[in-house]
Amino acid sequence: MTLPSQKLRPDLAAIAARVKPGTRVLDIGCGNGALMAELETSSDVDARGMELNPELVERCVSRGLSVVQGDANSDLANYPDKAFDYAILSQTLQTATRPDLILDELLRVGRKAFVSFPNFAHWRTRAALMFGGRMPVTRALPVSWYETTNIHHVTVDDFRELAKAKGATIEREWFFSGEKQIGAPASNWRAEFAVFELSR
Amino acid sequence: MNVAAASKIHAIPHDLPLDSGQALVGAQIAYETYGELAEDKSNAILICHALTGDQFVASDHPITGKPGWWERMVGPGKQIDTDRYYVICANVIGSCMGSTGPASVNSGGEPYAMGFPVITIRDMVRGLVALLDGLGIEQLHAVVGGSMGGMQALSLAANWPERAARVLVIASTARHSAQNIAFHEVGRQAIMADPAWSGGDYYAGEASPDNGLAVARMAAHITYLSEEGLTEKFGRRLQDRDSKSFGFDADFQVESYLRYQGSGFTQRFDANSYLYITRAMDYFDLAEEHGGKLANAFEGTSARFCLISFDTDWLYPTSESRHIVHALNAAGAKVSFVELSAPNGHDSFLLPHDQLDRVVGGFIE
Repeated sequence: MTLPSQKLRPDLAAIAARVKPGTRVLDIGCGNGALMAELETSSDVDARGMELNPELVERCVSRGLSVVQGDANSDLANYPDKAFDYAILSQTLQTATRPDLILDELLRVGRKAFVSFPNFAHWRTRAALMFGGRMPVTRALPVSWYETTNIHHVTVDDFRELAKAKGATIEREWFFSGEKQIGAPASNWRAEFAVFELSR
Repeated sequence: MNVAAASKIHAIPHDLPLDSGQALVGAQIAYETYGELAEDKSNAILICHALTGDQFVASDHPITGKPGWWERMVGPGKQIDTDRYYVICANVIGSCMGSTGPASVNSGGEPYAMGFPVITIRDMVRGLVALLDGLGIEQLHAVVGGSMGGMQALSLAANWPERAARVLVIASTARHSAQNIAFHEVGRQAIMADPAWSGGDYYAGEASPDNGLAVARMAAHITYLSEEGLTEKFGRRLQDRDSKSFGFDADFQVESYLRYQGSGFTQRFDANSYLYITRAMDYFDLAEEHGGKLANAFEGTSARFCLISFDTDWLYPTSESRHIVHALNAAGAKVSFVELSAPNGHDSFLLPHDQLDRVVGGFIE
């Protein structure tokens, strides 16, 4: 298992700090398992993961993590209601076929949900579109429109509205500009990334 | 076929009850072990073999002289490290490599032949559990199996949930599909259509149903490979000739290969065992055993599971592994699953594959 000293991405670090020890966690789109490894090693968390990319799944299983190769769009349906204390969807919402349905599933399988995503309304994105007239390629959204996996761009305000429509309570929120955490004011302009903690 | 002397034998000290309602009296299990059993008996790994496999997982086969069937995975310093683990591999009941099967002698001093009771995968596992009892092993570090071996691993996990802490299932299924049963039926009919089969009573005579068994093996062998693999290996290439013979010799390399596979198989396998074991696989439906819902089979399990499938395996395709994963998710079990890419179909689990090695090694750890 990889040592927890490995630095977590800021959104994952924010999530890790909120997860209570000894809880059950489902990390959807767990990538190389960095968050799961951190939670298992330092908080005695029972962590399960789901990841679409078989090479990343192999890397996770090779380091002793419980990860299934699966598609968040279809494979969440088999988990029982409230099977987990936390369901985590980091940087994956904007790649989903139906983000609204995934959010429903997160709130069904988890007592609480964490969702992180790149904010499309960040001033840099807005400027790129406004002045460049082209789909933005920024440090938060580094891939061209034709090859990006992000098919449902979302803003902080959009997400707040979706959460409200779904009857979810926003328990807590974090905003980041690059590696740096920033305050909530004008976050829809200033945040490159957002993390929400939800319950229903 | 007397290979009993080659292996350790566990005489089951009680009657072995069977799903059919019958019981096997005086049954024995032939097995091989590798490595040392720890004092607290916590380091045992049971490897379950496939349909035509045997207990010689990491040592030379006594009849063919070939290396063990999973020697690339099992041994000192390998993914399943015999320097650290006590590896057990046992011949299943119904087979013909020393464990009680249709070629064994019954209480009347005659070979069972077709008098052998029809057995199931769960019956095979009953035999394995009897062996574990004999060895004093309460809980395995892991049970590991590919193909039919995976069925046994699943059956052990479902019916004896305390007996294995880790369950590794490779290229397997929780039930035999209509297509699986259909291919097996072709094999069985080929054996029974061979006049030398004689209703299964061929042990005393000169001839055995080698022709039928070879055809059964040829048909089955196709299902273990992929079209891509066959094309790459043989294409339409001719065997030792420059042009077609306009006859029915093995003109094509693929024909020659299958004939070789078929006849080689008859040297080491009993036709009646083939009938009984394929029947057991066809009867396998883990959900059916547990009220029709696969998740029920794993309810309350504390074992960790890992399932691996191969993208070109059309015998037990990825969808079958996924079906098991979904049931395990529904049961709240700790499960890993990965579909690996490999060109060689179902047989891929026996062939070199770096990712397979890493997943197996990482999970067993």
